[in-house]
Amino acid sequence: MKDKGKRIKLGLLVGFAVLILTGCPAPKHKEDKLVIWHWMSDRRDAFNQLAEKYTQENGLEVEFKLFSPPELYSQKIIAAARAKTLPDIFGILGRRKTLSSFIKAGYILDLSSYMNNKINSKEKNDRLWKDSFYPTTLKMVTFNPNNNYAVDPGIYGVPIDTAIMQFVYNKNLFEKAGLDPNKSPETLDEFITLAQTIGTESSVTGFICGWGEDWLLNALAVEWALNSMGENNFFKTIEGEIAYTDPEWIKVFTIFAKLKDSGILAPNIATMTNKEAESAFSKEKAVFSFNGSWSVNVYKQLSEKLNYGFFSLPKVSSEYPTKVWGGAGSSLLIDANSSKKDQAVEFLKWLSAKDQQEFLAKETNNLPAIKNVDENLPLILKGLLGSFTNLTHPDIWPKDEDPRVIETMNRGLQQIVMGLKTPKQVAEEIQKKKEKVSNK
Amino acid sequence: MKATLKDKAASFSFVLPALIIFSLFYIYPFIYSFILSLTNYNMIGKFNLRESFVGLQNFKDIASDGDWWKAMYNGAFITFWALSFQNILALMLALSISQVVRMNKFYRVVFFILPILSEIVIGLLLRRLMLSEPTGHDILNHIVNNLGLGFLAQDWISGERVRLITALVHCWKGFGWAFVIFLAGLQAIPEQLYEAARIDGANAWQSFRKITLPLLMPVITLIMVITIIGTMSAFAMILALNQGAGGETTVPIMIIYNHLGTGLAGLACAEGLVLGVTLILISFTMFFVSKKVRKKYGLLPD
Repeated sequence: MKDKGKRIKLGLLVGFAVLILTGCPAPKHKEDKLVIWHWMSDRRDAFNQLAEKYTQENGLEVEFKLFSPPELYSQKIIAAARAKTLPDIFGILGRRKTLSSFIKAGYILDLSSYMNNKINSKEKNDRLWKDSFYPTTLKMVTFNPNNNYAVDPGIYGVPIDTAIMQFVYNKNLFEKAGLDPNKSPETLDEFITLAQTIGTESSVTGFICGWGEDWLLNALAVEWALNSMGENNFFKTIEGEIAYTDPEWIKVFTIFAKLKDSGILAPNIATMTNKEAESAFSKEKAVFSFNGSWSVNVYKQLSEKLNYGFFSLPKVSSEYPTKVWGGAGSSLLIDANSSKKDQAVEFLKWLSAKDQQEFLAKETNNLPAIKNVDENLPLILKGLLGSFTNLTHPDIWPKDEDPRVIETMNRGLQQIVMGLKTPKQVAEEIQKKKEKVSNK
Repeated sequence: MKATLKDKAASFSFVLPALIIFSLFYIYPFIYSFILSLTNYNMIGKFNLRESFVGLQNFKDIASDGDWWKAMYNGAFITFWALSFQNILALMLALSISQVVRMNKFYRVVFFILPILSEIVIGLLLRRLMLSEPTGHDILNHIVNNLGLGFLAQDWISGERVRLITALVHCWKGFGWAFVIFLAGLQAIPEQLYEAARIDGANAWQSFRKITLPLLMPVITLIMVITIIGTMSAFAMILALNQGAGGETTVPIMIIYNHLGTGLAGLACAEGLVLGVTLILISFTMFFVSKKVRKKYGLLPD
């Protein structure tokens, strides 16, 4: 009896030790089901409806698993990749360097052979799969020969939507001030004057934006830099041939000081989140904002009455063209080690077809990834399609800046709008960081 | 009686589960972090030490990184206010409550509610109070104006005093822990010592200085160590409150988190180690000083 008790205790101890040492078993995805991981939890309903439709049409079960917030999703994907438990299809967040690391590690399937074939091999006149996408959107997941990331050339993902960033203005406030609601500002000076005039007239803030979040601030700074100095000089800076202390760059940083001095910036803008800015703009508390095309869905949910329009970057120079930050939406990638690669490809072909793209655009108010679906788009989104010819994004640049330099620039810009540093001081700090990371 | 091998094995088996857990979740990550800190590995793909080895480069980078040391300074600034303002206030309150006979438990619960609340919740709550139009309602400025303290009205979230305000908000979070531990420490001091001191003619200040303070020294040391570790590793509340306010309230963990997110895992591990070792050194110094003080008052044998 005593021995039996001892044996039970010993058994429990061994069991506990085994459990600790082996950890939880890796989740196995059901063999007869395609599993997709994504971070856009606001699209849950639309994705589930599409999954159901696909199952009805093709008999294969599809499950979308959505995880948020995005930062945690990124960690989850990295952990799953390392543990070899990636789902059949997934999206990744981060800049091009992250995508290239995943590809080089062998986690992502090269889709070139599928993309260079017709969508439907039975139909004679059908076009190649890759030709259905907007070129810039496809570029985000394409690596050309001799790319700087040392990735084998190929197409590694399927874009499912497109996002761009533009300035937004409140048409009601324009009308209230007796101005033409269809005439947005074209230059920075016009922009500031309008923000001051309408802001005073309606007792609202001139400009609001989530500049507490680095990516918004960085996108705007890059757009102004490209307009001010041109692409050539901009890329020369990334290459280290032009310093951030160059007068052209100081001119860019001075724009932010000018905005601060004009009094049009919302209080606390340097610590503001995009959600806060979106909420205030939808309540008609600001004349202008800077946001992405996804905000169409956000503003619709926050206020049905909001009457607004998008417009391009207010120019600081007429010497170089303005560029629109965007092109990257969400792309889906296929696990190179998945046992259902072919089924995954077929599903993505189906998802990127016209009917599904139209459905996604209508349900989620996002710009489509493929061409020729614009006739059924909401008017506000249709207007944004015109920007697709002059898009810019780090994912399509020949070389991206070091994240530490970007971090220093963003912090510096926040300090300028907080009135803590001058553009020159910020330029010197960025250059110092640039030299440090380049001298390794 | 000499312990047999069987006895030793039996004793060791009691320690084994704890040892396994400690090794797996503390020792192994520490060693792995140290190895990663010597590389430029980005956590994606197979880890190859030979290919990614960069020696002490990450540590050299940290040594000359102004942003990192500014974040350390911000952390130290918050720690200074937590050690002084927060803990002195907690001690004073604990001293008062320890004298209260009625509703003693009620006060304990009230002051302990603060640390139970999530840091994010505290950060967001106070942000809502401090935000001015158009994203907030300027509630805090309305309150100070209505109290006749209009000179205090300011931009609480991104103004000139943002670092100080963040430090004080963080005190609000840490205050509850310090209060409860101080109270427990005070209640462990035998009442007879105070009675004897009163008979000898000691006043309140003398009793505090000669009895309370020396006997509370281990508790003070513990609170100081907890405070330093807690404030130097602060992150969530500051992120929710002001997102680092353009570097003015950026703390070391924020930098580590950013570097992890941008594929600089090796550098992030090195930063984690620098922060960890700094905190260990400070903690040991605190225990050493505490020991010296207790020796001075004859509370420890020579």
